[in-house]
Amino acid sequence: MSFLDILSIIIPAALYTAAPLIFTALGAVFSEKSGVIGLGVEGLMVFGAFSGVLTTLLLEGNMGEITPWLAILIAAIASGIFSLIYGVAVISLRADQTVTGVAINMLAVGLTLFLIKKIFNKGQTDFVDFRIDKVDFPVLSDIPVIGDIFFSGIPYTSYIAIAMAFVVWYIIYKTPFGLRLRSVGEHPAAADTMGINVNRTRYIAVILSGVFAGVGGAVYALSISGNFTGHTIAGQGFLAIAAMIFGKWHPVGAMAAALFFGFAQSLGITGAQIPFLQDIPSVFLIMAPYILTILALTGFVGRAEAPKASGVPYIKGTR
Amino acid sequence: MQKLLKNQRLFNIVVPLFSILLGILVGAIIMLISGYDPVSGYEALFNGMFGSPKSIGEMIRAASPLILAGLAVGFAFKTGLFNIGVEGQLLVGWLAAVYVGYTLDLPAIIHVPVSILAAAIAGGIWGMIPGFLKARFKVHEVIVTIMLNYIALYSTADIIKRYLYAGNEKSFPIKESASLASTFLADMTEGSRLHWGIVVAILVAIIMWFILEKTTTGYELKAVGYNQHASMYAGMNVQKNIVLSMTISGAFAGIAGSMDALGTFQNMTVMSAFTGTGFDGIAVALLGSNNPFGIILAALLFGGLTTAAPQMNFNANVPQELVDVIIALIIFFVAASYLIRYILTRFSKEGK
Repeated sequence: MSFLDILSIIIPAALYTAAPLIFTALGAVFSEKSGVIGLGVEGLMVFGAFSGVLTTLLLEGNMGEITPWLAILIAAIASGIFSLIYGVAVISLRADQTVTGVAINMLAVGLTLFLIKKIFNKGQTDFVDFRIDKVDFPVLSDIPVIGDIFFSGIPYTSYIAIAMAFVVWYIIYKTPFGLRLRSVGEHPAAADTMGINVNRTRYIAVILSGVFAGVGGAVYALSISGNFTGHTIAGQGFLAIAAMIFGKWHPVGAMAAALFFGFAQSLGITGAQIPFLQDIPSVFLIMAPYILTILALTGFVGRAEAPKASGVPYIKGTR
Repeated sequence: MQKLLKNQRLFNIVVPLFSILLGILVGAIIMLISGYDPVSGYEALFNGMFGSPKSIGEMIRAASPLILAGLAVGFAFKTGLFNIGVEGQLLVGWLAAVYVGYTLDLPAIIHVPVSILAAAIAGGIWGMIPGFLKARFKVHEVIVTIMLNYIALYSTADIIKRYLYAGNEKSFPIKESASLASTFLADMTEGSRLHWGIVVAILVAIIMWFILEKTTTGYELKAVGYNQHASMYAGMNVQKNIVLSMTISGAFAGIAGSMDALGTFQNMTVMSAFTGTGFDGIAVALLGSNNPFGIILAALLFGGLTTAAPQMNFNANVPQELVDVIIALIIFFVAASYLIRYILTRFSKEGK
């Protein structure tokens, strides 16, 4: 097996598994940049996966192939609304963000399974007929060598995810809104003095994190799992948070980290086909992202620092 | 009412009670909206908790690991640390207890404590890692413990498959001499799986109370939790206390794992997902205001709700996941206690 053959197995698989992680990690970046801890993205992802699968199942009979794309849009809106529960608690009611994040994750799994049982009378949904398929990119997949590696057998969502990382980078670092977002996350009192509405900015950030995590969840359900159960997401959200930290709270960094984690995850599956990886037990490849995150935080892979006001509710007039 | 709000100790009781009430209320609304009868739903749930000696036995059985998980979270909270890694510490403790319970040949009087100790040590080491990283490198313990949860999940599953595999996704069972199971307790509760673990859990609760309230170490741990800088200025070793707190917390979580290993299951399954006990432990600790006695009560409530859920499904046809929703809502309301404080002050103002 030549090196190029190996690449044409690994890279499409990595791009395929990384897409949901990239979207969700970008959502977490929005939230954390504004000073709100993004632990709830796991739950938001669950809600997105649920809404995405449900919409697809309801509409695919009439609308056919376009349904999963519409479902992703609806999942984005649904998760954006669901994230308001988190927003109200941690912004207006000054609840502990970590604890509320845990509660949101439990609530999302409980509520969606409750609804699944109510609607389908069983613990999981049916499989959707129309998925987001792996496709060969028109024209580009015909390029020799590169076409096989980067443009064959990959769903469009992976390219959209990578493009979104640059869009989010532009929003956060090049627009007035992004500047406000970052200032609220670093020093809310100073931002307030300059006339920035701290709580409103944080609400927008939390809703954006809901929208992105919802897309991430829906993409996972509609391109990878194909149905929804209580175990569909199982930790993808936390992995996205790990990617965000590994990427040092930077959208493009988070995207690169998510690609790497997707690569590590897919190696657990594709590793058996690749000569020098066959000998490494797959459990080490599966654990790699988590170990690397700890190392990144410890400073062995370059120190990662969170926004300063992360996790602190803003109460006017306090010092 | 105004006086009541100023009294922090009373407030610590009012908030959990109010949160339970709100959780049940919102649960009822959800049942109503989705077309179930809340009265028969809650009736079935209540009967599932207290309806028979067996259900009470099951409630106490389910509460034992929850108490320990709650104590683990609560102990770390007292030092200002958030141990979200109870789940992982519980898994390594579970594996350690099964390993010692399966490989060693000892009389029961020694085998049981040794197995529990092994679980405590394994959990303690797993908890010490984030404690050390926090103390030495100032890495936030929440992220490290979440990552360690996954490492524990995948590595314990792999170790069972490699070294302890008895087939059918299960490890070898522990020896009779390491078992906490008791025919006496099972007969008394008419066939529940109740085991001696509850005694261990209550003992650990007393130990936690003793450490925190009666020893210098406990005083230091709490002082570090209140104000690190003041403690450092007073000559306390803040870093040592952080590591110690996480280690003890992890040890408690490890013992929670031994409840499942030596009591309920007598072996360990190759896990593909978390048990959920660790996350429920956060709920238990919050609801119990991090107080050992409160944690026991909260664990009994959540243990009862969890074991009664299938019965609610069976008798009133309400999906059992409603219980998870109610538990999540209760944590949510405890966390947002500002809301409850606000409502209470509003009511008391109008009352005047």
